[in-house]
Amino acid sequence: MPDAVPPALIYLLGALIVPFLRGRFRQIFALAIPVIGFVNFYLITKGVHWKFELLEFELILGRADGWSLIFLHIFTVISFVGILYILKDNVALDLSAGLLYAGCAMGAVMAGDLITLFFFWEMLTVGAVLCLLARKTPSSGSAAKRYLLVHVFGGVVLLGGLVLHLAAGGSTAFDKIELSGVGPWLMFLGFGINCAWPFVGAWLTDTYPEASIGGLIFMATFTTKTAVYVLARTFPGEPVLLWIGVAMIVLPLFYAVIENDLRRVLAYCLVNQVGFMVVGIGLGTTLSLNGTAAHAYCHVLYKALLFMAIGSVMYRTGKSKATELGGLVRSMPVTCLFCCIGALSISAPLFAGFVGKSMIFSAISSGGHGTVFLVLLFGAAGAFLMAGVKVPFFAFFNRDSGIRCEEAPLNQLLAMGSVAAISILVGILPHQVLYPMLPDLSVSYEPYTVGHVTDQILFLLACGLAFVLMRRAGWYPSEIRATNLDADWIYRKGGPLFYRLADKGLNGLNAAVGRGFLGKFVPGVTNFFEAGGPRLACLLMTPIWAFQRLTPEETDAARHSVFRRAKHGAFPIGITAFFAVILLGLLSLLMRF
Amino acid sequence: MPSPKPSPYGTPDSPAPRKLFTVLAGSCGFFLLLDLVFRLTGFDKHPYLKWEQWPGFYGIAAFVACLLLVTVSRFLVRPLVKRDEDYYEKSSTDAGGKPDA
Repeated sequence: MPDAVPPALIYLLGALIVPFLRGRFRQIFALAIPVIGFVNFYLITKGVHWKFELLEFELILGRADGWSLIFLHIFTVISFVGILYILKDNVALDLSAGLLYAGCAMGAVMAGDLITLFFFWEMLTVGAVLCLLARKTPSSGSAAKRYLLVHVFGGVVLLGGLVLHLAAGGSTAFDKIELSGVGPWLMFLGFGINCAWPFVGAWLTDTYPEASIGGLIFMATFTTKTAVYVLARTFPGEPVLLWIGVAMIVLPLFYAVIENDLRRVLAYCLVNQVGFMVVGIGLGTTLSLNGTAAHAYCHVLYKALLFMAIGSVMYRTGKSKATELGGLVRSMPVTCLFCCIGALSISAPLFAGFVGKSMIFSAISSGGHGTVFLVLLFGAAGAFLMAGVKVPFFAFFNRDSGIRCEEAPLNQLLAMGSVAAISILVGILPHQVLYPMLPDLSVSYEPYTVGHVTDQILFLLACGLAFVLMRRAGWYPSEIRATNLDADWIYRKGGPLFYRLADKGLNGLNAAVGRGFLGKFVPGVTNFFEAGGPRLACLLMTPIWAFQRLTPEETDAARHSVFRRAKHGAFPIGITAFFAVILLGLLSLLMRF
Repeated sequence: MPSPKPSPYGTPDSPAPRKLFTVLAGSCGFFLLLDLVFRLTGFDKHPYLKWEQWPGFYGIAAFVACLLLVTVSRFLVRPLVKRDEDYYEKSSTDAGGKPDA
């Protein structure tokens, strides 16, 4: 049996080769890369692989254990599905960006040391920026700039933390790190920026809806889930993460209710669902960490499915806003079906979300964290109401928007169908498909108890009933075209404000200095040193010239001669001696006082 | 091309939402009743927290959560954060006419 190679290598090489291929050959090649990735995945044995020395550091490209393999598996699944989804248009930039992005995410989760991790972590940003640029609109271009700005900042914070951590005697080991001292705190924050924590994570909901239709599937999968993986590795059981997770669960939902762009509604729900994972990391028990890994796996599936369904709507209609869509079930019935499967996969029994997320719920409630449990319930209800009810409702049902379009292309339907099938498979057979991949196999968990299933069905039905009742009563807010302010305001408005302040303030100061200092003071000084001496000399000589009875012309000539000589520094000895005598006379006068 | 007959999903009073409402309310009632039966017969649902034993706790929690979420969003969050749709784009051209500088 051949040996496995680093998965990142396969994808990065693929991403480099794709732009040089043409036509059908490019499509086959791009789709072959994830297939090779799959074969390679099953060749990887548990343990530490692909080590090499760089300077004094040992870099590890492959640490295969429960944690890294479950993330590698879902990333491989999404790389295949994502490439299949964008295959029809056969755009080199899209395909290459997707493969590069996937390769970097795999490199990051397989990394065995912090330096390798940092390298792939930074490369993730390149993949994401390419996915944004692939949309090729002016607003996606500026979104790409903002994305780059935030992530370069995050990268610098992480690098600073890493350097301080190493300088303080920390090792490059990519394992649990004690959260004490500036270095670890900076690393913590650097990871948190990519994890879309409140305030520092506004980049996500700001930029994701600007991404290309296919690129968004990769974006929704790789960056935040890599950050979840890294936090689970480095800071498990950190109590502050519990509260950060709680904030991530609650805050985005309020925005999701009033947001008009359905892709942005899904992005808000993405942050909400990542919040559940962060809560699981913060709690840090074996069950909750297993729950984080399981939930990450399932979440990637249904979030990709929902983004693909709305992406197909956008592909056919060019629209993604609730105010412009509606009634598409008749034009795109299969896409609608997949969207509904995605919605049910969030938390309905027999679908993926149910067997993943409920582990975190059990870990929280068995730990006796009543308040956090209530927040989690609120978050689960809100997530289902938004991603599960609002998104399908406004796209496929609601009033008839008058749009008549074709069903999504076959490759997109196949991509959605395979994710839907995996989601159902995971939901029906968790003990065969999902749970054997979990990081810690010492704890067992059974999602399908009678009480759990009936409770969950009642829970989801009540969400649906609340939606229908609120719509009937006119209580549910109407969808309106608007921009809703978030923390990205700070750099989107604050940046230009700073620019204007700097423009008016610093440039004004510059101009004033230019006028006052350079325009008046400096010429004065140079003029003094250049012409001051001869002018003084002329002043002293004038009585003597008068005494010599020179004509005005001769006086002018003498004056010019003094200036010329001063310029060249060449005075006849007689005059020099004369001035020396005058200077000595002046000095002796000064000495008297 | 389908005929332009009015959508059955159009308004909350159209036939489809009415039917959906009946189905939803009926099944909610069924599961509430089932939960009550569990409680009365002493069926063990393996709860960790005491609220989980209350009949219909999950249904009521979900309903209240949705109501709370929508109400706060509509009456508190939207008035605070809502701006024109071209809020950011307009500003970038106002800022000295060279947003890319």
